[in-house]
Amino acid sequence: MRLLSFLARRIFQAVFVLLGLSMLIFVIARVMPGDPARTALGARAPQWVVDRLREDMHLNDPLPVQYYFWLRDALQGDFGISLFTRREVADDVKEFLPASVELVLVAGLITAVGGIGLGTLSARYKDTWIDNLVRVISYAGVVTPAFVFAILFLLLFGLELGWLPAIGRLSEGIIAPPRLTGLMTVDSLLAGRPDAFWDALKHLILPAAALAMGSLSQEARITRSTMADNLTKDYIAAERALGIPDRIVMGRFLLKPSLIPTVSIFGLDFAASFSNAFLVELIFNWAGLSRYGMNAMLRKDLNAISAVILILGVLFITVNILVDLIVGALDPRIRLRAATSE
Amino acid sequence: MTHQAEAREFAPTLTRSRVRELERKNRLDNLGRAWYKFSRNPLSIVGAATVLIVTLLAIFAPFVAPYPEHVKPFTDFANASLPPSLTHAFGTDEIGRDILSRVIFGFRDALLMGVTVLALVVPVGVLLGLVAGYFHGTRIDTVIMRLTDIFLAVPPLVLALAIASVLKPNLFNAMMAVSLMWWPWYTRLVYGLTSALRNEFFVASAETLGASTSHILFRELLPNMVSPIFTKMSLDMGWVIIIGSMLSYVGLGVQPPKPGLGTMVASGAKFLPDLWWISIFPGLAIVVVVLGFNLLGDGLRDLFAAEEI
Repeated sequence: MRLLSFLARRIFQAVFVLLGLSMLIFVIARVMPGDPARTALGARAPQWVVDRLREDMHLNDPLPVQYYFWLRDALQGDFGISLFTRREVADDVKEFLPASVELVLVAGLITAVGGIGLGTLSARYKDTWIDNLVRVISYAGVVTPAFVFAILFLLLFGLELGWLPAIGRLSEGIIAPPRLTGLMTVDSLLAGRPDAFWDALKHLILPAAALAMGSLSQEARITRSTMADNLTKDYIAAERALGIPDRIVMGRFLLKPSLIPTVSIFGLDFAASFSNAFLVELIFNWAGLSRYGMNAMLRKDLNAISAVILILGVLFITVNILVDLIVGALDPRIRLRAATSE
Repeated sequence: MTHQAEAREFAPTLTRSRVRELERKNRLDNLGRAWYKFSRNPLSIVGAATVLIVTLLAIFAPFVAPYPEHVKPFTDFANASLPPSLTHAFGTDEIGRDILSRVIFGFRDALLMGVTVLALVVPVGVLLGLVAGYFHGTRIDTVIMRLTDIFLAVPPLVLALAIASVLKPNLFNAMMAVSLMWWPWYTRLVYGLTSALRNEFFVASAETLGASTSHILFRELLPNMVSPIFTKMSLDMGWVIIIGSMLSYVGLGVQPPKPGLGTMVASGAKFLPDLWWISIFPGLAIVVVVLGFNLLGDGLRDLFAAEEI
């Protein structure tokens, strides 16, 4: 019941935020100088065709009316025609979104495993050379932009050493599995094609790692500091005094309460990784939504830009609600506070 | 000697100038203690030194850069694509320009971007946060904070990219786009601090004495938030420079032939992996600047014990 009322309140807020965001996007799209109808049809279309399209697009109506029609269409998934691909934006999104989701999911996995792993290691060997090494690496990771990592990885592992494929989602000569989910790895497994699965996985590693480095370092730092704080608590000393093996003390009693701040930050980073993917996908030529959005921006393709930003907003808000739920599950105190505060 | 004169001798009357003198001494003492605490951590010193050196390099770029004329339209095909050497520490690019000189000049736009964005964003964000926090629970609070939520609903890079992309691509518009996305972070920070402080006794006593709202906001509340705001500004200098370099990387920021760090990484990327130095050194320069501001910010955070950032 408590959970339901929490969810209801958050979803109610989210609707308002998204409405506001849609207005913001609409304003940005209309700030653009030039006639959208003329841009859509090209310079050589006769004037009467442009005039008719202006009428169809409600461009002669006042702005609030235009907004109403734009929002009504957007809610039905109709964002108009992409000026660049000359297809329905909705179809483009359907084609490109899964690739981004796959990339971001793998990056999230690398972040979670690597970040928590390194953080735990660092806290376990606090003030030794292992700890110092992890701290230096994670500091460098936090301050290096994702696109610099992308270029470094591409250069080092992709081209110089040639360990992993550098560009695209599949090697030439490997036929893509039939599209079911759009996630290349999942599709290959469903089609029973281990060769395609390995190839797709190898293509994923470099971009996902470049995308994950920043948040991984952030996670490692936070996990380390929380664990190091909790390590000095009395209950840990008590458990050790009872003769509980170090492995269990660290893995079970210390890790769970220490993960709460890590999970909060992880959620924020995870949601933000769709935007960091903008440059990473561009560099690795990864056919995802972020590369699509980036190209749309560089070509001033407003219909596509609006759709991409709105989808990113929905994803961001959804992930944030999920994170609040997970943190609530990890920490009973927060659950209580949320329930009593309102 | 009378009793009064004796008292005057041992406890000199507190004249106005004497009070001012004592206050100054007190401030100096505090500053000295703060510096002592700050300098205990070698990383903070490294950060402060990096920021100082980069700032000086940026200011005196025409005098310290080995080839200042390489920043203007310039070609020297005889010396093109040279790897790092003694004459060109970072090598030369595909048309013979010295990369070290261009990186030093590149610091200028990076710092300019950070300073301009923060100068625009901090006053607006802080003012909105103060007002919303002080009028906690009223309609003003709701309007300001819901507006903030909308801007925070999308990662700043995406909207900054979108805004910059519909405007003319140049450094000024990039700064405007990032500024438009950055104020909510300060509103949120100051809102949290104000909401906590508004129930303190010093606010209540100022209200009882009939102090004006602006006096309470700027004289009573704001001075208590200076340290977290400064800490966040130092950390944000780094993030704004990163976002600026990303905008430049995709061609929406500093325009060639002007040397922007992100622009240089992008234009060198075509020549990877053979001419690696064209991209890698500007990329490392970004990392160094951002690292400097982060170390400095972390040092300030420890110093002020400002945990809310």
